[in-house]
Amino acid sequence: MLERILKEQRRELLQQWTAQLAQVATGGRISGEELEAQAAELLKYLDEALQTGSADDINQPAWNPARGFLEDLSRKRVLAGFSSDETATFLFSLKRPLFGALRAAAGKDADKLADEIWKATALLDKLGLYTVKAFQRTREEVIGRQQQELLELSTPVVRLWDGILALPLIGTLDSARTQVVMESLLQRLVDDEAQVAIIDITGVPTVDTLVAQHLMKAATAIRLMGAECIISGIRPQIAQTIVHLGVDLGGVTTKATIADALSTALRMTGRTISK
Amino acid sequence: MDRIPILRMGEFLLVTIQVDMQDRLAMRLQDDLTEMVQRHRSRGVLIDISGLDMVDSFIGRMLSDISGISRILGAESVVVGMRPAVAITLVELGLNLPGVATALNVERGIELLRKRIDTGMSRANSDPG
Repeated sequence: MLERILKEQRRELLQQWTAQLAQVATGGRISGEELEAQAAELLKYLDEALQTGSADDINQPAWNPARGFLEDLSRKRVLAGFSSDETATFLFSLKRPLFGALRAAAGKDADKLADEIWKATALLDKLGLYTVKAFQRTREEVIGRQQQELLELSTPVVRLWDGILALPLIGTLDSARTQVVMESLLQRLVDDEAQVAIIDITGVPTVDTLVAQHLMKAATAIRLMGAECIISGIRPQIAQTIVHLGVDLGGVTTKATIADALSTALRMTGRTISK
Repeated sequence: MDRIPILRMGEFLLVTIQVDMQDRLAMRLQDDLTEMVQRHRSRGVLIDISGLDMVDSFIGRMLSDISGISRILGAESVVVGMRPAVAITLVELGLNLPGVATALNVERGIELLRKRIDTGMSRANSDPG
């Protein structure tokens, strides 16, 4: 019965569905025409899928176009800033017109109506869950890409003087980030033949034992390469935290500001400054 | 190749590691180097590992050992040209190579050796490591 309704009453369904959709506020992120076009397209794919495949399993090849359309739809919704429930509501709002049509078609046969409604609701739920899954996947992709971009943005190695490099760290340090930071800094050490590397942690909001451990690792790697490491930009609270945590910064030169670090680095490389 | 060449440059010895170090090769190098230091009464050993792109804990220990052995024989040693990836690997392995002097390249290494030899004797003796 579901197949027949989709085939024969598609226009009425679409009309009622669009009316349903119009009641939900979209905040101007999508136009009424676009919504209607999407609804019409989905109905077409549903019809086609039901002609060749069964409503029980939406993973069949017959459902490929419908699934592809839903994935595409979720991606667009993510980028337009819709939430997951708003995206799912798009699909679930088809239930009312569809059930109405089923009731009209079933007439007085209550058993049949119950069966058909169960079939339709199971199908729409599956499609809805699929849409939400695709929505989430797209969102995770977006987050992953942003993390990667942030990672690349936040590790600039600057040359302060001939043979003196500085790395101003901004944001929290985790192991993945330490790895990237360390690699780019060490590579620059080789390229510039630098003798001193200053790691400035003014922009690091908190230093716990883990962050301190990462800093120590970086400092050790720099020493192994044959350069000196100075950690600067240690704020008063952070100095207190480091001492309270009992973190041993053994052997690493630390300075309060990057200016102090630079003057120390200049002295280390045998330079003197005079007024 | 079954041994790593050791070049003599005046009072220094230069070892350039160009191949993947196998454990046996490393042991052999340690033996050869100790003998060369003894025979030529060298005052400094430069170990250039810029050609080394893989390290394990054994090689890390070898570097530490060579440094310790040279010090006992009265020679300073400097490890030069460590690649970034190697440095990161050693740190991740927990090998901080305490007591091993390092420099960025051979030129800097020689500078460092001279400085350490000039100021070094008294300091090296008092150095507990």
